Amino acid sequence: MGKRILWWWRRKQDKEEIEEELRAHLAIEERERSLRGASPEEARLGARRLFGNQSRIAEETRDVWRIVWLEELWQDVRYGVRALRHNPGFTAIALLTLAIGIGANTAIFSVVNRVLIQPLPYPGADRLTSVWQLAPGLPSFTRKLNCAPTMYFTYREQNRTFEKFGVWSTGGASVTGVGDPEQLHAVFMTYGVLDALGVQPAAGRWFSEADDTPGTEETVILTNWYWMKRFGGDASVVGRTLQVDSRPHRVIGVMPGDFEFPGNMPELLLPERFERSKLFLGNFSYTGLARLKAGVTIEQADADVARMLPIWRDSWPLPPGFNKAFFTNARMAPYVRKLKDDVVGDIGSVLWILMGTIGLVLLIACANVANLLLVRAGGRQQEFAIRAALGAGWGRIARELLIESLLLGVLGGALGLGLASASLRVLMASGPDTLPRQSEIGIDPLALVFALAVSVISGLLFGVIPVIKYAAPRIATRGEALRTGGRALTQSRERHRARNTLVVVQVALALVLLVGSGLMIRTFQALRNIAPGFTAPGTIQLLHISIPEAQVKEPDRVMRLQQEMADKLAAIPGVETVSFGAAAPLEGFYSSNVVYAQDKVYTSGEIAPIRSFRFVAPGYLRSVGTPLVAGRDLTWTDLYDKRDVAMVSENMAREMWGGPPAALGKYIREGAGEPWREVVGVAADVHSEGVYRPAPTTVYWPALMNNFRGNQVQASRGGVFLVRSSRAGTESFLKEARGAIWSVNANLPIFEVETVEDLDRQSMARTSFTLVMLAIAGGMALLLGIIGIYGVISYAVTQRTREIGIRMALGARPGAVQRMFVRYALILAAMGVALGAVAAVGLSRLMKSLLFEVSPLDPVTYVAVAVVLVMAAVLASYLPARRAAAVDPLDALRAE
Amino acid sequence: MSEKLDILQGTLDLLILRTLQWGPEHGHGIGQAIRARSDDLLQVEHGSLYPALHRLRREGWIESEWGITENNQRAKFYRLTAAGKKQLTAEETRWKLFVKTMGRVLRSQE
Repeated sequence: MGKRILWWWRRKQDKEEIEEELRAHLAIEERERSLRGASPEEARLGARRLFGNQSRIAEETRDVWRIVWLEELWQDVRYGVRALRHNPGFTAIALLTLAIGIGANTAIFSVVNRVLIQPLPYPGADRLTSVWQLAPGLPSFTRKLNCAPTMYFTYREQNRTFEKFGVWSTGGASVTGVGDPEQLHAVFMTYGVLDALGVQPAAGRWFSEADDTPGTEETVILTNWYWMKRFGGDASVVGRTLQVDSRPHRVIGVMPGDFEFPGNMPELLLPERFERSKLFLGNFSYTGLARLKAGVTIEQADADVARMLPIWRDSWPLPPGFNKAFFTNARMAPYVRKLKDDVVGDIGSVLWILMGTIGLVLLIACANVANLLLVRAGGRQQEFAIRAALGAGWGRIARELLIESLLLGVLGGALGLGLASASLRVLMASGPDTLPRQSEIGIDPLALVFALAVSVISGLLFGVIPVIKYAAPRIATRGEALRTGGRALTQSRERHRARNTLVVVQVALALVLLVGSGLMIRTFQALRNIAPGFTAPGTIQLLHISIPEAQVKEPDRVMRLQQEMADKLAAIPGVETVSFGAAAPLEGFYSSNVVYAQDKVYTSGEIAPIRSFRFVAPGYLRSVGTPLVAGRDLTWTDLYDKRDVAMVSENMAREMWGGPPAALGKYIREGAGEPWREVVGVAADVHSEGVYRPAPTTVYWPALMNNFRGNQVQASRGGVFLVRSSRAGTESFLKEARGAIWSVNANLPIFEVETVEDLDRQSMARTSFTLVMLAIAGGMALLLGIIGIYGVISYAVTQRTREIGIRMALGARPGAVQRMFVRYALILAAMGVALGAVAAVGLSRLMKSLLFEVSPLDPVTYVAVAVVLVMAAVLASYLPARRAAAVDPLDALRAE
Repeated sequence: MSEKLDILQGTLDLLILRTLQWGPEHGHGIGQAIRARSDDLLQVEHGSLYPALHRLRREGWIESEWGITENNQRAKFYRLTAAGKKQLTAEETRWKLFVKTMGRVLRSQE
């Protein structure tokens, strides 16, 4: 190949050289003619005439260097196509195997490419980072800590490494006055955020510092799809006023259609307006977004934040009830991350594992095709020998074999590409909703290049094996092949070894994949066996509402309205229980904070453990299906009389006081400024952050309470009705449920209508997605492995018919012959299992993060998979072995 | 004498290699030599001679070099390589076998 490329380079030089050579020829002829007495004119013309068309000759001479190899290549390709067409069965199986292997790889690569490899859709995206903090000093707090509003000001004003900086958070906002009242997803942001992302609005302008300042006119930016949906893309909407949360907001801009907010799909962008004079150190609920200055590394940014943290700590007032030691003991540290890592999240590990898995399937597929090719090449050995004897170079035969394999590879790849684009559509429909950047996924030029490269490489991979075996220059073997006419009594050990090795490798790879899927099945089982703390999630209907302050001011009235709605919902036929809470289990947004107990002694500055908070109305536990372990539920009297009471989870009771009964009558509070609240009930643990995560220690506060976080009275304005009914999820039921809520307040948007089961499915999506993909890969590997073993045993039986005939003529029993072949398969399978087990021990560690209460070395999985594979080997060898046993010795010997 | 023989396909290579056995020669000279040794019966077309020369060079059987003729003219000289000599022997053997076989076949039909 290299030589040919060199020829191309040399062609230009060659052209001039050939022309010069021909001119020299003419000159000699001319001179000879004039020596023989011709006039110069005659000599010149005569020479020309004799010579013929000079440029045509030059052209043809040059073609010697060019066309010959092209022609030969074309000839080989045609020969290859013919050879493939002559063997439709072989071709179909090989193509199908390859199409599946390459198609699956291309599909997964497209996802990996879009999600993990391509940069985020922002200019200079590699300089975008999210700014987090760590607080290793906080007990049982291992998550990363968001930014506080005060950090926004400190970081913004003191940093040396950020080009732009802002903070944002997500939330909801209602829009009224345009069609039905609607609750929309919104991102609240300070003015540095859009500047950092660097995406200009399609119309209007970005937020400015003035938009952030309280007291100025309130503004809003619309995202493209909301603008299209609600306003039909009307450009005159910019400058108009929109009722957002019942207050007028000026529309100042519309984002372009391809704009994506990192990890979110908001409809509205609203400015975050901090009142600087009222801020204190706490409230870590904003995500920091920074565009680093050119050339600044993550480490430098970290160092910069580390420098600013003490400045921040010293320049803002403490929150009520906290002392300075709290913030010192928290040992806060910077944690600046690439924005892409944040957006991609832990799906990265799933995708890489998937990619590796599918790559293994392709390897198995290649091994199968190589085996088929070996069988075929074995059958053509005589042909090769004759051609070699007639003078065909071994290079030529090798090239033919390789070109045939490459043809298979490329054709299989083309089919696979079709398969990939089809399966991508299925994947997008069934993949986890949490798969980031889904909208960008498709088969792009890079995926095409990948598919082509995979096709060619697999073609070479399985093509080179028969070439080494059969087309290598070994005169002796050829002579033998020619002599015996391909009717050797037994095959040479060496040729068997190639096929056997391939089968052993196949079984080993299949074992690795089956162990992977087995571990996922065990994980899934483990998850299913957990008592999640809620029952029959499919019958808990969730309906979210939010009552803005502009509509109803007094917290008590908010609670009464919510109770009234709950009563109306309870009156719907088929409803068992109804309750209300700020959030349902498994919902992403939850609040948490430190909780102190009255009977514990805290040294100055010691930080109490952080607990998960739920704000609930009476009956919440019953609606969810959480058993009450000790004490009593909250009552409406507790709520309306603002009694200082609370409930805790069983694991918290155990941790603090040694058991549920001991917790009753104890007093807890969030901070020094608040009253002690009595623990009146203990609820069973709920895996509310996802079934695969441990149940958090939880405090259930009343949905209406006094003196909480500086509010005199606090109600949960935004929250969710939990309606338990066997009719949950049906259209007729939802219609009645909406009607019930609107009969109390017709201006209330109702949103995120789903069941707890939907949430459960979403929280399990990653696990079930990985499980399904691994199971498919494992199934394919098993099937290909069975075909591989079957093929090898079957072929061995055919090749050894004569030997079997002799054995049986000498008295061997059919059963013994049958056993001989099954044993042969078992030995191969056992070697593969042993080899695969070693590989699986190494590789399954990589998927540790995906497993739940299952060790990567889970013996049950390994043994089960090994048994399955050995059984498969017996099964795959049984049919050909029976055929061997049925051989008639006379026929076998006569067949020669 | 005026009859010209077409050069059989595949034999031109042999003729060229054979001619070069006597020493390096340029394209014009090779053509002349074949003509002279065949008593003008074999005429090498220039349109076949040069592609053949380059084909042989590609196979590595001959190599080329610019030089000066006895008449002091520039020309490209071709020379047999070691591989070329081997090829010549092989082709001669094959040719003799071919002629012998053809002869036998034709005789048997007379």
